[in-house]
Amino acid sequence: MKVPVRITVNGRLIEREVEPRLLLVHFLRVFAELTGTKVGCDTSQCGSCTVLIDGVSAKSCTTLAVQADGADVTTIEGLADGEKLHALQESFWNKHGLQCGFCTPGMILASHELLRTNASPSDDEIRHGLEGNICRCTGYQNIVRAVRDAAGTVAAADK
Amino acid sequence: MFAADFEYYRAGSVAEAGQLLAAHPGAKLLAGGHSLIPLLKLRLAAPAAVIDIGRIAELRGISTDGDGLRIGALATHAEIAASDAVREHAAALAEAAGQIGDPAVRNRGTIGGNVAHADPASDLPTVLAALGATVTVAGSGGERSIAVGDFFTGVMTTSLGENDLLTSIRVPSAAGRGTAYVKFSHPASRYAVIGVAVSLGIGTKGGGWISKIKGEQKETVCTEAAVAVGGLVPTPVRCGAVEAALNDQPPTAETFAAAAAAASGDIGDDLLGDVFASGEYRKAVAPVYVRRAIEAAAGRAG
Amino acid sequence: MSSRIFGSGIRRREDPRLITGSATYTHDIVLPGMAHAAMLRSSHAHARITRIDTEKARVAPGVVAVYTGADIEGGLQPMPCAWLLPDSELKVAPYPCIARDVVRYTGDIVAVVVAETPYQAQDALDLIEVHYDPLPTVIDPEQAAGADAPKLHAKDINGEDIPGNQAFHWVVAGGGDVDAAFSEAAANGVVIKERILQQRLIPNAMEPRGAVAQYNRATGELTLWNTTQNPHIVRFLCSVVTGVPEDKLRVIAPEVGGGFGSKIAAYPADFITVFCSKTLGRPVKWIETRSENYQATTHGRDHVQDVELAATKDGKITGLRCTVHAGMGAYLSTAAPGIPTILHGLMLSGCYTIPALKEDVYGVYTNGVPVEAYRGAGRPEATFMLERLIDMLAGELDMDPADVRRKNFIPKFDDGHEVVTTLNYDSGDYPGALEKLLEHTGYQALREKQKAGPSNGRRLGLGLSSYVEICGLGPSQVAGAIGFQGGLWESAIVRFHPTGKVHVFIGASPHGQGEETTFAQIVAAEIGVDAGDVKIFHGDTDSTPMGWGTYGSRTTAVGGAALALAVRKIRDKAKVLAAHLLEASVEDMDYEDGKFFVKGSPDKAKTIQDIALMANVAWNMPEGMEAGLEATTFYDPPNFVFPYGAHLAVVEVDTNTGHVELTGYTALDDCGPQINPTIVEGQVHGGIVQGVGQALWEGAAYDESGQLVTGSMLDYALPRADGLPNLDVISTVTRSPHHPLGVKGIGEAGTIASTAAVYNAVMDALRPLGVKRVDMPFTPERVWRAIQEAKGS
Repeated sequence: MKVPVRITVNGRLIEREVEPRLLLVHFLRVFAELTGTKVGCDTSQCGSCTVLIDGVSAKSCTTLAVQADGADVTTIEGLADGEKLHALQESFWNKHGLQCGFCTPGMILASHELLRTNASPSDDEIRHGLEGNICRCTGYQNIVRAVRDAAGTVAAADK
Repeated sequence: MFAADFEYYRAGSVAEAGQLLAAHPGAKLLAGGHSLIPLLKLRLAAPAAVIDIGRIAELRGISTDGDGLRIGALATHAEIAASDAVREHAAALAEAAGQIGDPAVRNRGTIGGNVAHADPASDLPTVLAALGATVTVAGSGGERSIAVGDFFTGVMTTSLGENDLLTSIRVPSAAGRGTAYVKFSHPASRYAVIGVAVSLGIGTKGGGWISKIKGEQKETVCTEAAVAVGGLVPTPVRCGAVEAALNDQPPTAETFAAAAAAASGDIGDDLLGDVFASGEYRKAVAPVYVRRAIEAAAGRAG
Repeated sequence: MSSRIFGSGIRRREDPRLITGSATYTHDIVLPGMAHAAMLRSSHAHARITRIDTEKARVAPGVVAVYTGADIEGGLQPMPCAWLLPDSELKVAPYPCIARDVVRYTGDIVAVVVAETPYQAQDALDLIEVHYDPLPTVIDPEQAAGADAPKLHAKDINGEDIPGNQAFHWVVAGGGDVDAAFSEAAANGVVIKERILQQRLIPNAMEPRGAVAQYNRATGELTLWNTTQNPHIVRFLCSVVTGVPEDKLRVIAPEVGGGFGSKIAAYPADFITVFCSKTLGRPVKWIETRSENYQATTHGRDHVQDVELAATKDGKITGLRCTVHAGMGAYLSTAAPGIPTILHGLMLSGCYTIPALKEDVYGVYTNGVPVEAYRGAGRPEATFMLERLIDMLAGELDMDPADVRRKNFIPKFDDGHEVVTTLNYDSGDYPGALEKLLEHTGYQALREKQKAGPSNGRRLGLGLSSYVEICGLGPSQVAGAIGFQGGLWESAIVRFHPTGKVHVFIGASPHGQGEETTFAQIVAAEIGVDAGDVKIFHGDTDSTPMGWGTYGSRTTAVGGAALALAVRKIRDKAKVLAAHLLEASVEDMDYEDGKFFVKGSPDKAKTIQDIALMANVAWNMPEGMEAGLEATTFYDPPNFVFPYGAHLAVVEVDTNTGHVELTGYTALDDCGPQINPTIVEGQVHGGIVQGVGQALWEGAAYDESGQLVTGSMLDYALPRADGLPNLDVISTVTRSPHHPLGVKGIGEAGTIASTAAVYNAVMDALRPLGVKRVDMPFTPERVWRAIQEAKGS
């Protein structure tokens, strides 16, 4: 059995007939040909697959493509505005918030969710906000710095 | 990890979901998918059909309703955690919802799916037990209500029938009382190793004319105590002995400690454990969490 | 750009591709006509295979092929062990790529399915029926060495018996008579004894492992994209196992998402993928799931250590004696025998003067996943042992742990110090590091705070850890002497283009450590070009010179040295060419910041860009000088390098529940001059947290039947952002006297120090309650039980 789905990924509508068991992450990687979204575990723990569905963070390895039918999905590839990096991308770069980079797309989108729900988080709130994303390289410290920095940039831009 | 193939049906209404359930015996319901999809991926479940109820509008929403809350089955943990109505009437529920999994999980996971899945390590069932919630179910015989105490029947089993669909949850208002949820999280899964929910009123005893004749003073006491423990038992346990030890007693540290100590008897001996924390250990330290939950609830009461 | 680039925390050039999702990891590679492989792994830890029925799988939708152990016979040789430890009675057991008769751990491969899609491959796995005749299992290395333990292997590769499942027995002894030291201590001093369990750890690089193989039948050439820390070693071993000649084999490590040791080894699954591509004549991809990663990608540690320390009553160490049973898992992984021996035993005296020591290490086969290097690899196990014993000695003598360290430190040295294990440490100031740490953290004030007493059932604990590590592996002559079946040098090719832009081809293969940036900084610092004008090529065996891999904190230390020396060769040539162009004698030339000028006349100058252009067009070259501006260096280090430091952990223990909270952490590390301090700090952060993970959360657990109980991230607890304090990282700078840049290494330092620091802190908090020992990780239950037992006794 295949079912039709229409998902807008980073502004581009993609229509496909898919097996209902197809995970959103595989839809993104195979049909949208966007491999920035990573698969790091089987159990919804690591957060490497985090994307935004209608602007809200979700683990795309725990979401069926059929569930996202009709939705707007933003992946790491869609975060920058053309050449201009998103404030979070800049901050992760400036604050050395990544090493091997594998968790980074998910980490940045989880941080996006954090700032969406809390524009000026404390360090403690940042740490809690990123509890669903595992990084094995950075010890998280520079990720916390990066998110704090990005919050400042966003706040300054809003003034 | 890839699920085994299944047929997929999207229900537009509760009635249609009922028809699809009847037509596809053994089908699984899909709401947010955060209980079901992990099982499918690990191939611990391989249903022939999955019925997606995630878009049924009538299952959405959180509203106040007479003396309590009506929470639609599709309300997400994030919605519950952020809801002013829930915070007002059932703060512990918002508190617990905000501690499930992680933000992305809370954005997709629903209260209906969570409760129907009946994972003993889940957070919401414990709070619902303490708050005396009822589960509304649409089945072949129409709609019915099941008290939470009767709903959970064992590890991952409920009184839901084959063709039943959990539609909403009614939570009586605890406004005026203090409620709290305290959790000992598993460091890997983030599920509750121990979860304690408490609802507590602070009122007065005495002060009536007989008391005056007797020369007794009006006294501040705990009232309407409701305490439930989860995580270490197959289904949430209401702690009658703890509640009895609180009611009519002054809200003091001594009362709380004595009441919490009574939790061991309430918890019983049907204990869950794993390589991280044995049942014996969980039971031994549960009173500590019970006391902390009572203290937190008392701090919010009145 | 000037030499100031050396030491500048510039942001990483790797990051733009990583923060935008445009990097290509192995999993991201898509080739035309590519099929997908999935491995069927044993569900038993030890069993005889009686029958495999693959018929249903072969005809399942999308299935291209199914191969079992019988099918690969002759096509895939057994997996080689590449560290043949001498003088150790080493018994290498046969390690087939696909088990044919007996499976020896849950995860051993029994068949492979190749299908059109990954979903179909997984479906077909479920259709293969394997009949097993279960055999008794053993997981604990000490039990596995016992007389009545199940026998895992009938014979080794030479047809010899493997009594007691013993893979090797290795001994290190040095200094005076260690037994006499213990007799003396028993009579007139103190003897401390402890059993330390270094639990099995799962490395958990965030990128799961995988391989993509593309065979070209017409040319006989094969390209293998592989998640590896060392593509050249993979090429070497892949050639041995698959029979594809090394000249026709190209191994590419594309973007690699962390390794921590787990991507050093060659793996059967990768070579099976090669076999499938070769046999089918089409590209084949295999990517492990995280569950598979837990089941079959190498684990770390797994030591049972029985240790004893002899000391005088005033706290002076007189001897160290220990026996280690090191679990090797079911087979010897690529470098496994060297980890609990060379990298562990030779570092046993740490930062201290220990007059006599002896260690017996027994490597033992068990029914677990093969054990390999894991961040620190042997050195954390050595540091932990020493640092634990020193704290116990302090407790026994009622001394401050800092004072015991002070009493036993090797004094400051800056050009070599031979220790009792015969290693010659390069430079260090261990007392200075500790004093600076204590001053920086206000250690005395913290001790006062601790004395002020517990509140709310919480207890404060402080834990110190002083460490020195061996890295920058290492002189190849030593590699040969210790049985490592390869060299340990590194090489670099530096090529200037006509416009003065630079290409660097380097054998080392970083996978997250940021050396594309630090290597460019080295070039910029050495010859005055802009770092942005230097492109670094690594990870492709067709375009880069031989490299022996990124592990053991050796990439900057060894690869960076090769690179610096190659650039210096270019500088020397450029100087001659500049002299020629300026009609000056070479002796009269000076160099500064990318300019070659006549001494005393800075205006008479040629820039490196001028020289690059002339060397490339070669219109006006000195007599006999070849055209081009290019150099190759093979750098074989004269000695190892020895970074060191001192760390302090602060914890609070909730005695009501056993919960441990790490509330503060300060690290002082000395890795020599820092090329990029920001990157150094990041390495320290990550290293610390991995070591904290071992102390507080991580541990692979098997049940009685050899099933991995911690089989997913739902059960195996990894450090998360919300369980950690902000880390305070400081440093000192002590040059390595023998290194061209003076640098040491920093990749593993944090992990080597932090487990012991956190352990000591927790035990410091619990000691007044009478708690003597708790096994790691400090789960709340273990801590709580230890408190209850202490109360009871």
